[in-house]
Amino acid sequence: MSAAASLDLQNLRQTFGKTLAVDDVSLRVEPGEIMCLLGHSGCGKTSLLRIVAGLERPDAGRVLIDGRDVVGPDRFTQPEQRGVGMMFQDYALFPHLTILENVTFGLSRLPAAKAGPLAASALARVGLSRYAKDYPHMLSGGEQQRVALARALAPGPGVLLMDEPFSNLDQRMRERIREETVAVLREKGATAVVVTHDPVEAMQIADRIALMRAGRILQIGTAAELYARPGSLFAARFFCDLNEIEALAVGGRIATPLGAFPAPPGLPDGQVTLCLRPFGVTLRAVDSCADSSADSALDPVGVLVQRRFLGDEDLFHVAVEGLAAPLRVRGRAAPALQPGARVSLRVDPNHVLVFGRNSV
Amino acid sequence: MRSGFSSSAFFGRGGERSWLVASACVALLVLAPFVSLGLIAAQGSGDLWPHILAYVLPQALRDTAILLAGVGVVVVTLGVGLAWLVTAYEFPGRRAFDWALLLPLATPTYIVAYAYLDLMHPIGPVQTGLRALLGLTDPRALWFPDVRTMTGCVLLLGFVLYPYVYLSTRAMFLMQAGSLLEAARTLGASRTRVFFRVALPLARPAIAVGASLALMEALNDIGASEFLGVKTLSVSIYATWINRSNLPGAAQIALAMLLVVVALILLERWARRRERYVSQAQRARRAAPLRLKGWRAGLAIALVSAPILVGFLLPAGHVASEAWKRVRFAGVSPQIWQEVLNTILVAGAATLVAATLGFLVAASARLSRAPVGGALLRAASLGYAAPGTVVAIGLMTPLFLLDNLIADGLEAAFGLSVGLLISGSGAALVYAYAVRFLTISAGGVESGLAKLSPSLDHAARALGQTAGGAMRRVHLPLIRPALGGAALLVFVDCMKELPATLLLRPLNFETLATHLYGEAARGTYEDGSVAATFIVLVGLIPVVMLARLSRRRALAWDKGAGDGEAMARDLLLPESAAAVSASAPPAQRGGA
Repeated sequence: MSAAASLDLQNLRQTFGKTLAVDDVSLRVEPGEIMCLLGHSGCGKTSLLRIVAGLERPDAGRVLIDGRDVVGPDRFTQPEQRGVGMMFQDYALFPHLTILENVTFGLSRLPAAKAGPLAASALARVGLSRYAKDYPHMLSGGEQQRVALARALAPGPGVLLMDEPFSNLDQRMRERIREETVAVLREKGATAVVVTHDPVEAMQIADRIALMRAGRILQIGTAAELYARPGSLFAARFFCDLNEIEALAVGGRIATPLGAFPAPPGLPDGQVTLCLRPFGVTLRAVDSCADSSADSALDPVGVLVQRRFLGDEDLFHVAVEGLAAPLRVRGRAAPALQPGARVSLRVDPNHVLVFGRNSV
Repeated sequence: MRSGFSSSAFFGRGGERSWLVASACVALLVLAPFVSLGLIAAQGSGDLWPHILAYVLPQALRDTAILLAGVGVVVVTLGVGLAWLVTAYEFPGRRAFDWALLLPLATPTYIVAYAYLDLMHPIGPVQTGLRALLGLTDPRALWFPDVRTMTGCVLLLGFVLYPYVYLSTRAMFLMQAGSLLEAARTLGASRTRVFFRVALPLARPAIAVGASLALMEALNDIGASEFLGVKTLSVSIYATWINRSNLPGAAQIALAMLLVVVALILLERWARRRERYVSQAQRARRAAPLRLKGWRAGLAIALVSAPILVGFLLPAGHVASEAWKRVRFAGVSPQIWQEVLNTILVAGAATLVAATLGFLVAASARLSRAPVGGALLRAASLGYAAPGTVVAIGLMTPLFLLDNLIADGLEAAFGLSVGLLISGSGAALVYAYAVRFLTISAGGVESGLAKLSPSLDHAARALGQTAGGAMRRVHLPLIRPALGGAALLVFVDCMKELPATLLLRPLNFETLATHLYGEAARGTYEDGSVAATFIVLVGLIPVVMLARLSRRRALAWDKGAGDGEAMARDLLLPESAAAVSASAPPAQRGGA
């Protein structure tokens, strides 16, 4: 029915009692785009979703769907008139209605002769036609999730909102259902806003990710952008398990127990946090480096304190003089490398991130 | 290594058996009045039976049916409508109304009837005021609807008993439906459609629970129906025994009444048959209410104020002001203090008995894990459904026989003449109260125990405690709040109880409730209002508890915090309206 709509949020604010749930949020979602709101629980991502759906009324700000004001200073369109679909974390299937009746529920404005086939085809798209006459409690979690998706999409909403749509699924099913869901969304060309706390999930499904913290959007970008160029230590930590080293930047150089690193341009002198991705470091046994080239002799040296086999790779803990905690390193290394061995560390400068004090 | 305890000692077969035996004794004591009822009725009431069959039963059945149908319509309309109003909308004072709507629970039906008879009397304040307003002097010049009719009785009972429906339905609207209602909105349904298509069907089991409780109360009622001239089964039983001294006749009517109770229970079960499908929502969240402004807000306030006014403020206020006048005029008569003492004594003794026995049956059901334990618990809880008159009639014969046995025995052995030891001492009353209200304490303990992990039992046993030891040292301290709350409810219900008290009290033994009944029956309202005020004040205690409880829960919802499913179960089975838990064992078990 209706085609994918654009969504514009402008300077939204919402408070619950004394807590500021949404703090001056502006965001534009293009038609057909899948946007993830990513953040820890309580960061305001669900509140934002509920404002768009019309389930909460913001204290200030505007919401435009396809350029049409639905929330404004003196405007509030009721949720049933917004043309917005919503999928709830617990799916919210009506327990007293059959699966088909659930999917038909949103089609009440159509004559029955049209609504029935439309609902049936929505159900067929998610592969659940055989459950049409069953009740929700008879279905597994994954099947309920797909019914919820079919129900939300059946009326052809301009924007589909999804609140943690995969969090109630067990780990093994999650991957597959995520892919199926994205396929359905792409096929419908629907605009979708998906709330999640899982960065891996966000990277898998989103065209763009809006990273949220304490009611604000910290950074918006594609998964690659957020990963490679996080705007803050918080963003960096969200996407990667980092080694953090406190250091001092002086005259464009940062001296650390692992050697000196160039400070990024524009960073003022002072305390900084230098972050190393665990696979940005290569280990070598010191003794086997007889053939060492000139520069490897300059590499810092540490002692391997622990080695864990993780399957595809290993996790090493390396104690380095001058560092408070052992450095965590992931990767493949010589099988002979055992705890107690002296190792040299080579740091790949592409996997080093530096943040000033005020970026936290 | 195994010498410490054998496996059979670990699983405690021996210990559990004695708990089960004790539990079976309790169940027998509860069932005794019903068995004896059947036996008495089977004796036949001689030449009275044709009379009863021809003249008493048809009218009693018809009046009871009309009363129950009418009260059912009123309580469901009021209860569901008010619950929707305070959950789906926001208006000034909503939070206060939210709990104030429970206030009518504090006033027993006979007090409301008593107050309205006085209020609406041709020379009572309402009619006098109206005439003054219209400038009329002749009391006959103003036509005024008579309270003493079936319609009056239906309305009065409805306005007092609706909180049962309100309470259970409101919980359902708040808990179960939260995200479902929102989902319906985002699927394009208007508020009206959401109400009829989603909220109402989902709340049906809750409505059934609440309505059946309200109807049980209506069936049990004796004061209000009698004062208002409605000849229900309860009234007929009382009249047949008191006026005609015909116990078999009363027992036969009582059996007819039990059939009505069974019909009510079946109706309730039928309405809840799909409940387990419904209790699935995982997350507690109150759907965003619609803020009402202007005249709509005014209308909402008027709608929620009316039942509070009619069901509580007017009658309780009238009774209190009459009492105040009386006390200022004549002070508090020593007779009243004696009645307060009497009431506290029998209610206190019954509370002690009910709490002990309730703990015993619920604990043994948990310990045994065998179906027998659960069945005994259910049997011991049967009394909740039996109207007071039925229990009282059923108890009379066995207690009388027992009394004579004891008296004859003591006379023969020691030459002592003790008279009627049980019936004469108020022990019969304590027995009847315990039968009626055992379900509250047993239900309270059961739901308290249900929250304790079975690992606690296993840990205690593994650390060397016997089954009984674990109950005493682990479970009892943990469920003390639940047991205490249940005991308080039993006490308040005993204090308010009228029909069984009327029938079983010793001669010249007055409680506050029977005193009030006597005054109202004579048409005198003097010390009666003081007694009524006492009862209402005590009746307020559980209402305040309930209000605080639901307020705490409402706060938890507003934060969207907490374990939704557990809260839903608690609310469906509020400790306070413990009778709910008595009538809802399947839900409790199914939910676990």
